[in-house]
Amino acid sequence: MKYLHNIGTYFLMIIELFRKPTKWSVMKELILKDIDDLIIGSLGIVAFIAFFVGGVVTIQTALNIDNPLIPKELIGFATRQSILLEFAPTFMSIIMAGKVGSFITSSIGTMRVTEQIDALEVMGINSLNYLVFPKLIAMAFYPFVISIAMFLGIIGGLMACIYGGYASADDFITGLQQEFNPFHITYAFIKTFLFAFVLATIPSFHGYYMKGGALEVGKASTTSFVWTSVAIILINYLATQLLLS
Amino acid sequence: MIEVKNLHKSFGEAHILKGINTSFEKGKTNLIIGQSGSGKTVFLKCLLGLYDYEEGSIEYDGENFANLSEDKKRDMRAKIGMVFQGSALFDSLTIEENVMFPLRMFTKLKKEEMRERANFVLKRVNLEDAHNKMPSEASGGMQKRVAIARAIVNNPKYLFCDEPNSGLDPKTATVIDNLIKEITEEYNITTVINSHDMNSVMEIGEKIVFLKEGLKAWEGSRHTIFKTDNEVVTDFVYSSNLFKKVREAILKENS
Repeated sequence: MKYLHNIGTYFLMIIELFRKPTKWSVMKELILKDIDDLIIGSLGIVAFIAFFVGGVVTIQTALNIDNPLIPKELIGFATRQSILLEFAPTFMSIIMAGKVGSFITSSIGTMRVTEQIDALEVMGINSLNYLVFPKLIAMAFYPFVISIAMFLGIIGGLMACIYGGYASADDFITGLQQEFNPFHITYAFIKTFLFAFVLATIPSFHGYYMKGGALEVGKASTTSFVWTSVAIILINYLATQLLLS
Repeated sequence: MIEVKNLHKSFGEAHILKGINTSFEKGKTNLIIGQSGSGKTVFLKCLLGLYDYEEGSIEYDGENFANLSEDKKRDMRAKIGMVFQGSALFDSLTIEENVMFPLRMFTKLKKEEMRERANFVLKRVNLEDAHNKMPSEASGGMQKRVAIARAIVNNPKYLFCDEPNSGLDPKTATVIDNLIKEITEEYNITTVINSHDMNSVMEIGEKIVFLKEGLKAWEGSRHTIFKTDNEVVTDFVYSSNLFKKVREAILKENS
């Protein structure tokens, strides 16, 4: 019953955050600040993880190919497919649920605890629009982060392949180009947009509706990470079933 | 003027406000006092429209807040200034930006005009040199004064304060009390203060509403509170040793 109530409240929150919009001059600054916090601030960790996980995918693929009849190009092909279809959009989004999600929950939760949200409401400001809408717009730039993860993942794979001596650069690049289906990119970015929506709204929900003090802010951040990850995994399954099967 | 009629508020099974009737007058400092858990904060939050209530009405100058459309509620809220117990300053903004915030949201003033107005009210609360500080760099008393400045910057008609001097030393608490009283008289606004501090009662309690277990137990002023023989009030007032001794001294002197 509690879960149903929370799901209902979540969807009501989504409706409410589009009502009574904040003045554009103020909103513009909030959006830019959130782009800086959520998107630009995540680029470092995303680049680091993407590069090395790309390398690991390549090494593991190469080490599992022990049949001499299987062409070396397969390493590049498998790396590309893993990174474009799953690693960059899904795996990276789960990492972002930890980084961006906890930041959103704890910052909004702290505002709730310190009555800053009440202060906004008393002033007649739609606090949901003021706090959550800019995050939603900022997260519309999330596919940019995922594009960088895709690019660096493949570069990481290429480097691991060359310097690990698993295949030549030519073989790897040939593999990257083999049987390329552009719809896979579309599929990856459709998922990314859905994940971006989830990453902005579920942590906001947990921060906005939390009750209690500092300890509860910490608990809300953990709960938000769990539920954001669950939502990402479920959406990933449904999107894959609907778009690729 | 704010008029409250038969106000009831519950949280699940807990009946917090049990039919409060009172009014808060314009140009006066109106105090809501009572022990912790008497329903003061819930009452204040109902007055502010932060909590919905089950029964009764709250009228701001004859207009029932609950019956207003969303747009009108928003307009009404723009006329309200609030000083929260913990100040509720926005962490990410400087003190000057905090004070300018209501102006940015509700006026079409140019940035320079906003800054001028913010500087004026900051000067009014004796904070001329704190503009660029962050709230975390300010002391408790300074934060309270910034919160007052933010509350009055937009010329509100109603000012609400939730325990404005809690956590402050007696000297700073008196400064804050006097500041609120001066501002109330200067701008002729309706001020409602939630407090359990007897010093505030003595300093600025022009009208006092005493709550006990969600009911109005007594109503009067700072001049009458020490003369009442209402047991609930005297229990509260003379629970402090200082007031008890003062009373004993007065009684001794009179006899």
